[in-house]
Amino acid sequence: MNKKQWMRVAIPIISIIISLLIASIIIIWIGEGSFTDRIDFLVEAYTQLIKGAFGNKTAVMNTIIKMTPLILTGLAVGFGFRAGVFNIGAEGQMAMGALTATIFAVNAASLPSFIAIPLTMIVGMLAGAVWAGIAGFLKATTGAHEVISTIMLNWIAYNITNWAVTGPFNAGGGIPKSPEIASSAKLPNLLTSQASFMSFGILIAITAAVVMYIILYKTSMGYEVKAVGFNPFAAEYGGINVSKNIIVTMAISGALAGLAGTLEATGLYYRFYGTLSSGKGFDGISIALIGQNNPFGILAASLLIGALRTGSNQMQFAGVPKHIVMIIQSIIIFLVAAERMVMTIMGWNKKKGAK
Amino acid sequence: MPFHIPQEEEYKDYAVVMKGIVKQFPKVLANDNVDLYIKRGEIHAIVGENGAGKSTLMNQLYGLYNADAGKILINGKEIAIDNPKDAIAVGIGMVHQHFMLVGPLSVAENIVLGDEPTKKFNLFDLKRARREVKKISEEYGLKVDVDAKIEDISVGTQQRVEILKTLFRGADILILDEPTAVLTPQETEELFVVLRNLQNDGKTIIFITHKLNEVIAVSNNVTVMRGGKVTGQIPTKETSTRELANMMVGREVLLRVEKEKKEAGEKVLEVQDLKVNDNRDLPAVKGVSFDIRKGEILGIAGVAGNGQSELEDALTGLRKKIAGTVTFNGVDISTATPRDIREAGMSHIAADRYKYAMVKEFTVAYNIALGRHYKQPFADGGFLNHRKINAISKELVKKFDVRPPEIQLSAENLSGGNQQKMVVAREFDYNPLCMVVSQPTRGLDIGAIEFIHSTILDLRQEDVAILLISMELEEILSLSDRILVMYEGQIMGEVTPDEVTMEELGLMMAGSTLEEARSEADE
Repeated sequence: MNKKQWMRVAIPIISIIISLLIASIIIIWIGEGSFTDRIDFLVEAYTQLIKGAFGNKTAVMNTIIKMTPLILTGLAVGFGFRAGVFNIGAEGQMAMGALTATIFAVNAASLPSFIAIPLTMIVGMLAGAVWAGIAGFLKATTGAHEVISTIMLNWIAYNITNWAVTGPFNAGGGIPKSPEIASSAKLPNLLTSQASFMSFGILIAITAAVVMYIILYKTSMGYEVKAVGFNPFAAEYGGINVSKNIIVTMAISGALAGLAGTLEATGLYYRFYGTLSSGKGFDGISIALIGQNNPFGILAASLLIGALRTGSNQMQFAGVPKHIVMIIQSIIIFLVAAERMVMTIMGWNKKKGAK
Repeated sequence: MPFHIPQEEEYKDYAVVMKGIVKQFPKVLANDNVDLYIKRGEIHAIVGENGAGKSTLMNQLYGLYNADAGKILINGKEIAIDNPKDAIAVGIGMVHQHFMLVGPLSVAENIVLGDEPTKKFNLFDLKRARREVKKISEEYGLKVDVDAKIEDISVGTQQRVEILKTLFRGADILILDEPTAVLTPQETEELFVVLRNLQNDGKTIIFITHKLNEVIAVSNNVTVMRGGKVTGQIPTKETSTRELANMMVGREVLLRVEKEKKEAGEKVLEVQDLKVNDNRDLPAVKGVSFDIRKGEILGIAGVAGNGQSELEDALTGLRKKIAGTVTFNGVDISTATPRDIREAGMSHIAADRYKYAMVKEFTVAYNIALGRHYKQPFADGGFLNHRKINAISKELVKKFDVRPPEIQLSAENLSGGNQQKMVVAREFDYNPLCMVVSQPTRGLDIGAIEFIHSTILDLRQEDVAILLISMELEEILSLSDRILVMYEGQIMGEVTPDEVTMEELGLMMAGSTLEEARSEADE
């Protein structure tokens, strides 16, 4: 591993440590009593956080359920970054994927599971791909910036999905939600514990990460994506079709986000709620950043954020507001984004004049 | 009289004395105990190959880097220069290789930038700025239009603005880092006049270059550097380009390439009435026709911005052709994509190395694969064949002497000369029928230039048709079999290197026909 690759791993890890230290100071500060009391309070808070995330089978399942869509939206955004496109629209692509997949799955009762499940996923991925592909196409043909167009497409998706679950695709009962999907399209469970269950969606998400890794590092396609991302002029000079690569990258990115939505619908809720995504598309940006756009880094980052969020509920029982987890997460992202700051803190900023 | 090494009591007559300068970079010792003596009022050239440590040394004098050891004396007084502010305070000014000017602002605004005259309420006083700039420009005989926008003036004039900027800040010691790299022969001549005027006004000038005839033309003394050390200090009068070249490279070098006689073969590339627009969609190439045969080097001479780069891009498929046809090996490639054109057997050394010819973030191996990354032997069924990519890269890096020979290093970590060798290695390895070679030696040192020239001649020997676009007249004259001169998007005429002089070529580049150039040159 050369120095640059080592930094890519070191910076997120150090950012995590620094953010935990800052959170510790806040927890000590809001604690009561003597200093040792406060230290006990801090230890208790972190103990509960870890217990809440990994303490028992249900906790582990909840962590995994939380991290599954994060992996996929993280991959979606990270893959786009590799080609130099900033897909801010994972939120909308996820919603469109979930809605389309649900519509298909509701009507898939006549199909056997081994056909219904993969077909539902393909439908969801296609919907996400088309939705993101629109932005890619506009960028490649007219130069419309993808940040603007994907944000706009988010709003369109938001309104289409809301309209669908309150209107033509409403299951009734006052809450905006779709009918339940056919049981043949439901993802089988990998683990169950008391009343909770966890589908094998996580395996699909991990597979997606492995596939993304192979595409990026082992194929000519990944080579082209990275060349376009680093230097589109040199890519064109090397005979690479830049427009095609931007459209394909956006479509793959959208397919991953669409898959995230599909797995939520077919593995967790068994239906589509208009508000399903609740920011997981945007979380993908943070995850991609912490994971440094590397598929395995994204897996690790999703585990971290998933665990923090699951554990925060338990931590709240210990008297620490769960918002502390938001602070931890924000500081990590802040430090990773401002990596120079971490390098300064660690004294890694080479004296000027270094080559 | 050999070069005089001053004693301590003489330092007061020296504008700059640098003693025992050591600068260590993570992997290289860039300056190894360097001594530099620059007498007040002289033009002192510092020459050396790329990576010899010239720019590093000057950047320390200007406060951009801090030395690890050694001391700097200005006019006999030892001072610490920690940043450019300190350097400016003691009267040092630097004109960088890449200009630091703001395009949409006027000449006057650029010159005063950072030290603007103000009026009431701290508002910018444009009138005073114009007046002061005019005054200083007349004082030193550096004519500029103070109201012209930087983006509208020529590179040579921009350089003049950079020089004025340093004078405006009261510089007595001017450092010019490779000032002629971007200039035409005529502009270079004008620069030399300016430098001599400045010298007459008592300024001290430090001139970094690797063009040895310029050293001979303009300097009083020369310091030669190689591998971070000083390998020669000599008064210009007592040396020659040959001796300087040997000191620079450390061995005998061929200053002029030897070209074997060769009969050109059949037509490979045929261009008919080609028209191309520039980035602003204005005509840049206005109907040119020519052809190139096997085993022939066709040189295109011209001042930058006369349509050569648009011609280069159009032939290689990077730019749309407005009209005309290009026939390559019997196939019409007028609307072909860069990949089609490469597949048909044309390779390309792009003028802009950083923008086009390489992905600096990629490793050397990945850069070698660029353009062939999708097919055998570099890829197999959509998957990269890393084993083959590495093996081929290793072989090419060795054959073309790319240093350091580490194929997993990011290309951005190579020096300019070695990056160019990497590009040449790749384009050579295409086994092309035709190669478009543009500014192949820009910014390279003698050793690398020699190597690239002999590589181009090897290609010619192997019956490749070569289009050589260059602003270096000497390069065009010594390599080409035929020369076309481009001016304002048109071809002014075709000549052969033995029937034309450099002066005549220079006049044709400024818009004369051969006959006009001949008669003007005779006068």
